Amino acid sequence: MKSYKERLFQAITYTASLFTLVVLLGIIYSLFNEGLPFFKVVPIREFLFSGAWYPTHEIPVFGAKTLIAGSLFVTIGALLIGVPLGLGSAIYISEIAGTRLKETAKPVIELLAGIPSVVYGLFGMAFLAPMVRQWFHLDTGLNVFSASIILGVMIIPIIASMSEDALSNVPKSVREASLALGATKIESIFRAVIPAAKSGIIGSVLLGFGRAVGETMVVLMVAGGSAQIPKSIFASTRPMTSTIAAEMGETVIGDLHYQSLFALAILLFALTFVTNLITELVFLKRSSR
Amino acid sequence: MNKRKLQNFFGTGILGLALLITFGFLLIFLIRMFWMGYGVLSWEFISSAPRKGMTEGGIFPAIVGTFWLTTLAIVIALPLGVFTAIYLTSYGKPMWIVKIVKIAINTLAGTPSIIYGLFGMAVFVSLFGFDISILSGSLTLAILALPMIINATEEALRSVPRDFHDASLALGATKRQTIMRVMLPTALPNILTGTIISIGRIAGETAPIMFTAATFYSRLLPKSWNDEVMALPYHIYALMTEGTHSESQVPIAYGTALVLLLMVLSISAVAIYTRYAIRRKRKW
Repeated sequence: MKSYKERLFQAITYTASLFTLVVLLGIIYSLFNEGLPFFKVVPIREFLFSGAWYPTHEIPVFGAKTLIAGSLFVTIGALLIGVPLGLGSAIYISEIAGTRLKETAKPVIELLAGIPSVVYGLFGMAFLAPMVRQWFHLDTGLNVFSASIILGVMIIPIIASMSEDALSNVPKSVREASLALGATKIESIFRAVIPAAKSGIIGSVLLGFGRAVGETMVVLMVAGGSAQIPKSIFASTRPMTSTIAAEMGETVIGDLHYQSLFALAILLFALTFVTNLITELVFLKRSSR
Repeated sequence: MNKRKLQNFFGTGILGLALLITFGFLLIFLIRMFWMGYGVLSWEFISSAPRKGMTEGGIFPAIVGTFWLTTLAIVIALPLGVFTAIYLTSYGKPMWIVKIVKIAINTLAGTPSIIYGLFGMAVFVSLFGFDISILSGSLTLAILALPMIINATEEALRSVPRDFHDASLALGATKRQTIMRVMLPTALPNILTGTIISIGRIAGETAPIMFTAATFYSRLLPKSWNDEVMALPYHIYALMTEGTHSESQVPIAYGTALVLLLMVLSISAVAIYTRYAIRRKRKW
């Protein structure tokens, strides 16, 4: 027989963990509750595939294609910068660096992860963008290129620390066997260690993707903000997140514009949710091995 | 030198270069922030309110606002997070609920912060009628911190050796006593460092408080949790995008950013250092 204290304690922990579930369902419910009425007015096909976003015109047009394209452009740009640098750093720290460098580099990268995104935004807006403008003789430095650089640097710590974990978890015997067979250091890293840590590394990249797609402040401040499909990497653009952040203040709660921003949020949530789920599956495969 | 040796040499070099570029960028970033922020920083800047439409004066109300938002958020999230982690590690029945809760936690952890902002606006601000206030903002931030605290606590509890747990039960302690007197105290340092890191994260969040708590300008300090507040991260954003006198606002933005950066980085540095120290000292 358990005493009532035991039961009460267990009940409290049980309730607390259900709360997390309630919060998630609450988020999903509130997004759909506010966003779904939008699709009664604007068909989902028009929302996804038409390319003009004029929410405040007399006859408003809600085509999210440009915003989706904006998000994808800056995210791909960020991955092009963040993945090589993050992975390269992780491999160097885990496989090549001596103990002392390892002991300093790991906390420094962790620290990097704690820098607030709005500070990165300020840095991009007040320092990087004017330089980019000068280097390439542009009208404005607030564009896909600058936003990608800053976002790319932001996701380095995520990719680096997670893939470093994955690499460190590869048993020492794998390296020793490869070296004993006469492979050079680099050969054993790329042909033995990395393949063994593959799922963790892919997971880290997916997580970086999710973070870059969902990042708001940096793109809001650095990407420029014009709602058009960028014609070059030096064109200004407006991703989904910055559209939500920039326009929410202009809306009246419950009007069509307000609902359209929640519709964008549904899209964004679905994107990160699917990315997360795939990441989970990748990890589940690893832990069951 | 043969081809394989060359490949080895350049391969190592390129990997090292990646690390070098990362650190180089970090260095440029920090130097720039300190350089530009240092000139603005003064006692007056930290202790006085903004004046003349944000072109002069200090950031005291924003510091106070960020303090309250963060403190309340942690006070709400910490117990919830710790209890959830206890349930996941020590009770964990029925299994399917544990699985669902874990999926929920991971989904929350990967959800963009702007979506938390929308949720906070739809639920706390309008549905619950808390309006734009410290309460709405810290509830939103608490939800954002929840998955971080749960994960840190769960990891901390799992790293307590099984023997401790078994020995306590063998001595006749109940499950609750074992958790409260053996598991939690042993895991406490790690739980605290995880919590401190999440404090650093939420103190710097902007998107979740944009529509739930933050205001561009208020001379007065908040009197209760029903008041809207200035906050450091939002202040930086507002200075950069909303003002009209950029030549006097950009330096203030740099100064604010340096204050925020110093706060966040010193908080995380303490946590990271403590964690490494614990790992080194730990005997099990």
